[in-house]
Amino acid sequence: MGKKHSKHEWKSNTLPAFVMVGPVTVMLILLVAVPLIYVGIMSFCTTDAYYNVVFKFSLENYAQLLSPDYVKIYGQSIVIALITTILCILIGYPFSYIIARTKSKKKQLLYMLVIIPFWTNSLIRIYGWRTFLGSSGWLNSLLQFLHITSGPVDFIYKQGTTVLGMVYCLIPFMILPLYTAIEKLDGNLLEASSDLGAKPVSTFLEVILPLTSGGIFSGSIMVFIPCLGYFFVANILGGGNSDVIGNLIERQFKSGNNWPLGAALSIILIVVTLILVKIYQKAGGDMDSLGV
Amino acid sequence: MGHIVEIEGVNKIYGKNHVVKDLNLTVEEGEFLTFLGSSGCGKTTTLRMIAGFEEPTTGTIKVEGENIEEKEPFERDVNTVFQSYALFPHKTIFDNIAYGLKMKKVPKAEIKERVTEMMELVQLEGFEKRYPSQLSGGQKQRVAIARALINRPKVLLLDEPLGALDLKLRKQMQLELKRLQKKLNITFIYVTHDQEEALTMSDRIAIMHDGILDQLGTPTEIYESPATKFVATFIGETNIFDGTVSFVQGDHVQVMIENGFISGIGDGFRFGEYMTVSVRPEKMKFSDSPVDGFGITAFVKDYVYVGSVIKCIVELPNGNELKIERLAGQSLPAIGSRIYPYWNKEDAVLIHSKENSIFEALDNIVLA
Amino acid sequence: MKKKTKIHKIGNIAFCALVYIFLFLPIPVVVVNSMNATTSKSYLSWKGFTLDWYVKLWDNTALLSSFGNTIIIAVVSTILATIIGTLGAVGMYKYKFKGKGIINGFLYIPVVIPEIVLGISLLTIFAKTNIPRGMLTLILAHVTFCVPFVIFNVRARLTGYDNSIEEASMDLGANRIVTFFEITLPVLAPGIAGGALLAFTLSIDDVIISYFVNGQTKTYPLKVMESIKSGVAPDVNALSTLILLGTILLVVLTQSNLFHKSKSE
Repeated sequence: MGKKHSKHEWKSNTLPAFVMVGPVTVMLILLVAVPLIYVGIMSFCTTDAYYNVVFKFSLENYAQLLSPDYVKIYGQSIVIALITTILCILIGYPFSYIIARTKSKKKQLLYMLVIIPFWTNSLIRIYGWRTFLGSSGWLNSLLQFLHITSGPVDFIYKQGTTVLGMVYCLIPFMILPLYTAIEKLDGNLLEASSDLGAKPVSTFLEVILPLTSGGIFSGSIMVFIPCLGYFFVANILGGGNSDVIGNLIERQFKSGNNWPLGAALSIILIVVTLILVKIYQKAGGDMDSLGV
Repeated sequence: MGHIVEIEGVNKIYGKNHVVKDLNLTVEEGEFLTFLGSSGCGKTTTLRMIAGFEEPTTGTIKVEGENIEEKEPFERDVNTVFQSYALFPHKTIFDNIAYGLKMKKVPKAEIKERVTEMMELVQLEGFEKRYPSQLSGGQKQRVAIARALINRPKVLLLDEPLGALDLKLRKQMQLELKRLQKKLNITFIYVTHDQEEALTMSDRIAIMHDGILDQLGTPTEIYESPATKFVATFIGETNIFDGTVSFVQGDHVQVMIENGFISGIGDGFRFGEYMTVSVRPEKMKFSDSPVDGFGITAFVKDYVYVGSVIKCIVELPNGNELKIERLAGQSLPAIGSRIYPYWNKEDAVLIHSKENSIFEALDNIVLA
Repeated sequence: MKKKTKIHKIGNIAFCALVYIFLFLPIPVVVVNSMNATTSKSYLSWKGFTLDWYVKLWDNTALLSSFGNTIIIAVVSTILATIIGTLGAVGMYKYKFKGKGIINGFLYIPVVIPEIVLGISLLTIFAKTNIPRGMLTLILAHVTFCVPFVIFNVRARLTGYDNSIEEASMDLGANRIVTFFEITLPVLAPGIAGGALLAFTLSIDDVIISYFVNGQTKTYPLKVMESIKSGVAPDVNALSTLILLGTILLVVLTQSNLFHKSKSE
């Protein structure tokens, strides 16, 4: 009796569960877990004269991570990511607030308009910025035409332009979670707050901000972390003057051909990511809202 | 009339939870049987085992004499009306109701005919092209019932189908369900936690408590002669006295309680046995002097006016309260006065306790 | 007071307009330059209107084939990611099993970790296992970063999903497979479609991960990256303009379709 029962149970549960969850599990093991572990192992390896990876335990790469040139770039990368995140909040919050709380029928359209530019290849758009800001680009032509400047002004290849590119690429990741958080806000709460005598500023600080802070947190995570790795933005707009950690890794895996060193540099990014996600979770952040 | 559903020795265990305990029950063809109990008593699990969504851990369930516990839900000739209605949100009302016929590959013309007929039966004409989200709670309920009836099941299972409706609508749907059941002559097995609903609609009620079937009987039997203390307290209002049998003469039983003694009529009681006496408020009386067979006193604490009756709340010396109903217009003693509660001995329900007698309890202590 | 709110409102509109200008600015640059008659790759100035680049585009087989690759990779990985993700999301929602928490935790890794880390980790493992880099590795990589997004989208649809509609279906005579196609799939369809759209978008625009696992196979973003190093050739601008027009057309079509559907419900 008991045997028949367990067989039936197996048929009705274990098999469907296995068929459904099996593929994603295999994928996560083979294409996420194993590769990351392998990167971890590789970060303790060295290379031979022909740039082949030699599996011999060594802390050489980690020692190299501390070289002043690298440390300078970590700092620079973190500063760029921080400024980018702050700018994204400063621009994204009021913007999301206005479009999420508008009573206009075009609300859906306003939301879609944020996403539409991102259907054009991101590199092309970044390059568009370079053309726009370049020494003979549209902006300089305009400024000279208006006699504001006499000659071309050098806008690109500065840290500022890298930040501009980062903000440009990542701001939707700030706007979308903020929009969701602000839209969920119950309008009655705002009325209740002003009814109880709160001035708009107090209502904002006491009610709106605490209730939408989840959106700010998840947006910040989704902006700050990629910013450390977006090497192509720094390449196109920074011209080598504002490298981020991503550039260091890219070089080791492409031209530099020192994979173990690149792996060790990646470990920095993994550790930073883990720390930030832990902080995010401690602060009560919902992991699912990182999915955009 | 024959046995349509036979439940024999059914147990359901989830891990450490023994949800249904050794259930034996036979449902007669064409009857309206209700499983009544509070949440977690095992009534819904029982229903789900008949439907095939759960499998008994042990025991058998037969429909028309045929073992069905090996059959999948889609192979069984029973249909269910779900508590949440479970209407398919992406299908029109017509397609929702037609679903069972479509699965049986009934020809299109016949589907149209039968669905139209069914929609008339539940008074939903004109709603064919709507979606569930466009209906009110009562309308959704009708769709759920129509959808479950379309395949002409041998048994219709209803899992708290009226739970989400407001009181007025619920009363109306109760009558309508009863009308449908009579008209179609289908066996209904109904699950509810609402005792009033059970009493109005059912031919028989099965009261479940902690996974055990406490009593199976007609509404009158359940109300008039509850078999357990739980049934007595669960159905209607009652006054409960726990005590030990102090004197038996023929069918007259005198019971020692905390603050005195009371009397009733019952069979099979032995001296020293633990037992419970239940007396409905409308059967309770009181006098200003002691009555033969009763040795309790109480003080009038409060009066509550409920339409044509007045509820007297009286307090026993140990602090327990009794409820006594009196017709309005009768003179009442002042609050705080001493009274002597009593009743006609045949009006008390005497219930054997699950515990042993005081002597057996003592024996156990000595043996241990 | 009234005047103040009016100023406030104009301020709001102006601010939003600036943000939209910021978001859209590079697009006219691309479109205009695709019609610039300049022969130099760095567009020093406007040399007159021409559609030559659109004609020349058809001769640039390398560019066109890279675009073809991108479409093939996006379609295949979207289909795979949608199937794997939908099954996974439904399975994880319906069944209890050991290690579910771990699987769930691992799902977030491809989402939060910088793309470059995922890219190099896949590169190292493909190199180690001697899997030839190309179409296959590109598809595997794209599926990896798309699946979590499909799962999150389907999962969002699953919260509030009433399990008893599946029971109702089986109760009415449909077996498990029929129930999946008649009930589960259609009800989850909006979530699945949203996930698939996101996966497709992520796949066609991916640069960083593709950059490491592509081998000799070029995708369209990688071709653009290559040409940026030497200054974007105007035919790249022309193709980008065409793609932009294509997506706008697609959006208009699907959105109006959605509009009709929402009206009928």
